[in-house]
Amino acid sequence: MTDARHAPGRGLRLYALLAYAYLYGPIAILVVYSFNQSKFGVAWTGFTLEWYAALWDDRFVREAARNTLIVAAASTALSTVIGTAAAVGLQRYRFPARRLTEASLYVPVVIPEVVMGIAMLAFFAQAFAWLNDALGFGWRLGLATITIAHVAFSVPFVTLTVRARLAGFDRRLEEAAMDLGADEWRTFTRVTLPLILPGVVAGALLAFTLSLDDYIITLFTAGPGSTTLPLRVYAMLRQAVTPKVNALSTLWVAVVFAALLLAQWVGRPPRAVAA
Amino acid sequence: MLQTIRERDDLKGLLLVGPIAFWLGLFLLVPLALMVVVSFADRGTYGDVVYRFSLDNYRALAAPEYARILGRSVEVAFWTTAMCMAAGYPLAYFIALSPPRRRWLLLFLVLVPFWTNFLIRIYAWMIILRSKGVLAAFLGAVGLLPGPAEAWFARIQLYTPGAVLVGMVYEFLPFMVLPLYASLEKLDLSLLDAAADLGARPWRAFARVTLPLSLPGIVAGSVLVFVPAMGMFVVPDLMGGAQTVLIGNLVNNQFLKARDWPLGAAASMVMLVLTLGVTLLYTRVFGSGEELVA
Repeated sequence: MTDARHAPGRGLRLYALLAYAYLYGPIAILVVYSFNQSKFGVAWTGFTLEWYAALWDDRFVREAARNTLIVAAASTALSTVIGTAAAVGLQRYRFPARRLTEASLYVPVVIPEVVMGIAMLAFFAQAFAWLNDALGFGWRLGLATITIAHVAFSVPFVTLTVRARLAGFDRRLEEAAMDLGADEWRTFTRVTLPLILPGVVAGALLAFTLSLDDYIITLFTAGPGSTTLPLRVYAMLRQAVTPKVNALSTLWVAVVFAALLLAQWVGRPPRAVAA
Repeated sequence: MLQTIRERDDLKGLLLVGPIAFWLGLFLLVPLALMVVVSFADRGTYGDVVYRFSLDNYRALAAPEYARILGRSVEVAFWTTAMCMAAGYPLAYFIALSPPRRRWLLLFLVLVPFWTNFLIRIYAWMIILRSKGVLAAFLGAVGLLPGPAEAWFARIQLYTPGAVLVGMVYEFLPFMVLPLYASLEKLDLSLLDAAADLGARPWRAFARVTLPLSLPGIVAGSVLVFVPAMGMFVVPDLMGGAQTVLIGNLVNNQFLKARDWPLGAAASMVMLVLTLGVTLLYTRVFGSGEELVA
């Protein structure tokens, strides 16, 4: 919709500038204070890296970071495989319950997270009570239940991302491979997968960031000893807040920025194939 | 766009889609169904769930103190949505009017803060709105505090309902901008030229052409903000005072503190029905509903 006569006017440009300042200002303040010597108050008393050192020495933070990475890696791997398979199936074939599966992809969009969280808590508690009673298992909430929950809310996003990529796919390329004697599996691994790979990687990175970021559903599916970073951050915000939280936040922001740039770079539109 | 032709193949389809159907079914749909059942159950003496049909939980929620919480939650969600709309519309419009090559970057810049952890975003505003925080220091430095800004600052400082609203708007603004941009970007500018040629002033052209044509974006953005705002309990938890208990806090407390799961489940059902009801009503009145899926 571009046209020189309709370029944004001065008022709108000024507004946009203020809006971006509003979006980034708070984060900038957070980052700046992670380097401030003063423990309390807003006065700048000098540059320091001691909060980063304190963060490194914090055993709970290190353990939470480890848990977070384990959950994020495991749930991303599962979501990516399950989600990509589903995208191919939904895009290419007709079969029973196709519509129903498609509709259930949108459940995480229209249901508040807290409701999903408590529902999963009740489900796991009930299922474990029965199974542990009947079969003598000692199952309880922990990293495994968090991972299962993270897959459940992130896998739809993988499927939707990969499907968007498949929608512009030229199937004649596959037909050509088959005509040249490749079997179905070989065609998939050598032709289809490389072509949809940017969508798959973008979906995986999306699942990874969703998992890293999640607090609400994790709160309800975590057990003793499976504290993740968001749970840890929350605990820190409830206790006496020190610039250590700023240091943690700054590192987090840096990691997310890097991941986003990577995702955008990998997921950029292809030059040749897309319709 | 190439034509999508789906061949009928039950086996391949089920093999590929089976895993996701299993996962979403067992770990999402079954738990939600269980929640419905639990909301009609009784609470045992030790905080366990006794499966005996009763409407007591729903009756209990009709009590004035719960009704007030419910009303407040709808109010906060409504104002969050309205403020996100007021702040997000001009921004989305600005991006849509920018040169195509720059649009992508401008949109990306709106989304980046959204990807930093939401607790971190809350914390950033806690630093700003504390009684001796960044905003107070700034207002003091320019001579407005103590002074004319006092009443205004008192309404948004940390641990007030105003602070909750500030935090919520900051959390959910990108949800509004994205769909608004998507529908504004498709707007055919020659329609505005036509309106101008026919004598419409810019404001009138906006009200009669731009606004109606961006309705799908308005609907989608409102739903995407309203739904999570209705369930939000972390922002009121960290930024609100004792007066800002919302329905999300109620549900959370019943499950993790008071251990009255049936009551919590009933409260979550009320939240869900309210959320879906408002969403449906809104899409019915203002749009086709397809904008949510697109």
